[in-house]
Amino acid sequence: MSAPLIIFFVLAALAVIGAVSLILQKHPIHSALSLIVVMVALAGLYLLMGAEFVAAVQIIVYGGAIMVLFVLVIMLLNAGEEERTDFSKLAKFGGLPLALALTGLLAATMTTHGASVPNPETAGALAPTGQISNLLFTTFVYPFELTSFLILVAIMGALVLAQREKS
Amino acid sequence: MSALTSHLDGALSGAAGYWLLAFIKIALLLFIVLTVNAYLTWFERKVVAHMQSRIGPHRVGPHGLLQPAADGLKFLFKEDVMPGGVDKFVYLLAPFLALTLSLASLAVIPFGPKPLPFHFFGGHQIDLWITNPDIGLLILFAITALGVYGVALAGWASNSKYPLLGGLRSSAQMVSYELALTMSVVGVVLMANTFSLTDIINQQDSSKVGFLGWNIIGWHAGITQIVGFFCFFTAAIAETNRVPFDLPEAESELVAGFHTEYSSFKFAMFFIAEYTSMITVSALCTILFFGGWQSPFPAGDAWKFTHYLPSVILIPSGLWVIYDGIKYETIWGRLVLPVIGSVITVIGAALVVFPTANEFIQAPFWLLAKIFFFLFFYVWARGTLPRFRYDQLMNIGWKLLLPVSIVNVIITAAVVLLRHKP
Repeated sequence: MSAPLIIFFVLAALAVIGAVSLILQKHPIHSALSLIVVMVALAGLYLLMGAEFVAAVQIIVYGGAIMVLFVLVIMLLNAGEEERTDFSKLAKFGGLPLALALTGLLAATMTTHGASVPNPETAGALAPTGQISNLLFTTFVYPFELTSFLILVAIMGALVLAQREKS
Repeated sequence: MSALTSHLDGALSGAAGYWLLAFIKIALLLFIVLTVNAYLTWFERKVVAHMQSRIGPHRVGPHGLLQPAADGLKFLFKEDVMPGGVDKFVYLLAPFLALTLSLASLAVIPFGPKPLPFHFFGGHQIDLWITNPDIGLLILFAITALGVYGVALAGWASNSKYPLLGGLRSSAQMVSYELALTMSVVGVVLMANTFSLTDIINQQDSSKVGFLGWNIIGWHAGITQIVGFFCFFTAAIAETNRVPFDLPEAESELVAGFHTEYSSFKFAMFFIAEYTSMITVSALCTILFFGGWQSPFPAGDAWKFTHYLPSVILIPSGLWVIYDGIKYETIWGRLVLPVIGSVITVIGAALVVFPTANEFIQAPFWLLAKIFFFLFFYVWARGTLPRFRYDQLMNIGWKLLLPVSIVNVIITAAVVLLRHKP
């Protein structure tokens, strides 16, 4: 087995274990930590695929900014251990079959198309940072700017909602 | 002997040698950095002591030089107390997280432009860095972004008021200052057009204009990054929780903040993490704004004499250590200090005798000299500045550093665009 393959299996196992533990953990902080493990493992997988920029952004945005806020909120609210509830009917009759269907679909697609992502010769060959930025600021400049506008509106909405309680 | 080396050459020519070399480099860098960390505590205590008209540590070893070793032993042999009611897993995870992340960031710091003048077994080139990715700067920011967890989780898991307050404070502080930290280097990235740390250094070429080529002056790009540097360094001090931004561990308010409930070596791990981040930040300041390993003098024969600067510094300081050692109070000191002094003098003299070695250490010498200056600056700030109030801290982060760094980005972008010739 080559080194990248070993690293891939380690990271993939980490991601899956993290995802399972995210659901099974009783304490919100432990769940949040499991989610961070998933994010970082995914970033490692991106790095392995040669998408360096995506990997770094994955850690900075998801692993850093967003999860820090999650952890901070859980700490501030001093949330205790969750209580286990019974399996809801919606999950039993709607969720489980849908999850199985999705897994089957993904597995079928992967087996038919095989390894559609080429193994890059050098790091960063798949999605070089310069190429991504060129695409973002030329071809996709309008969707990109509109997305940032949307985020700005969302931030302002959050501000308005937070301010209203004062008066 | 030659049979052994040729055998090793054959065995290590492929991936095995590559991995072995990487592990050796990592182990060596860890050893060096941890030793430097230990002596950084000694240096800090000495400098702060002299600023406050004290002598500082001087009992353990000559001039207190063995104080770090004594501290380390004490950390190892102290009772490891775990308070009741803590979240065990997270409590143990936090110091590991803090230490690993701060040490991991050193992996992308380049320490010199040229590989060593000889090859590793199997013909592998020995570069002065562990890895040099195209996105070195982004990786550093990714690691910094994760660095919050060590402190925040330590505060939360300790199941105690003061650590929790310290952890909350530091999370808020680090999240706020990360914005300014990231925005302030965008100017440098715009000028260099890359995230690679070695390329950023090479772009600040000093071979013609000397230190004017550094980003802090910005001769090549036509705009100074002094504002960016101010924002970056301030935010970086806040990011490393050092004075005057050490609110998370404000003694007068929070006992010791997030690490109040940590004892023995777990406390030491937070300490080592803090000092390692200091080294990383100093290296980053040097690389981004002060030309990295670029000499402040232009290249060329007229400035050749500046290449003897390492010797000029090493030989007199070595001689001074010998002189100081001969008249030292204790016999131990009279034995050890002259030996240390002779070693320093001999290294300095050797650099004069061997010009190739002297040429090779020029770049690392300047990099380390600048890193040392910033480390001194850290200590200097600690010795002189009072701590900010919490509202002042937040105001500086959000209302001063962030807008100023955004303006800096806009101006730099405009200048880069105007001077850009398609």
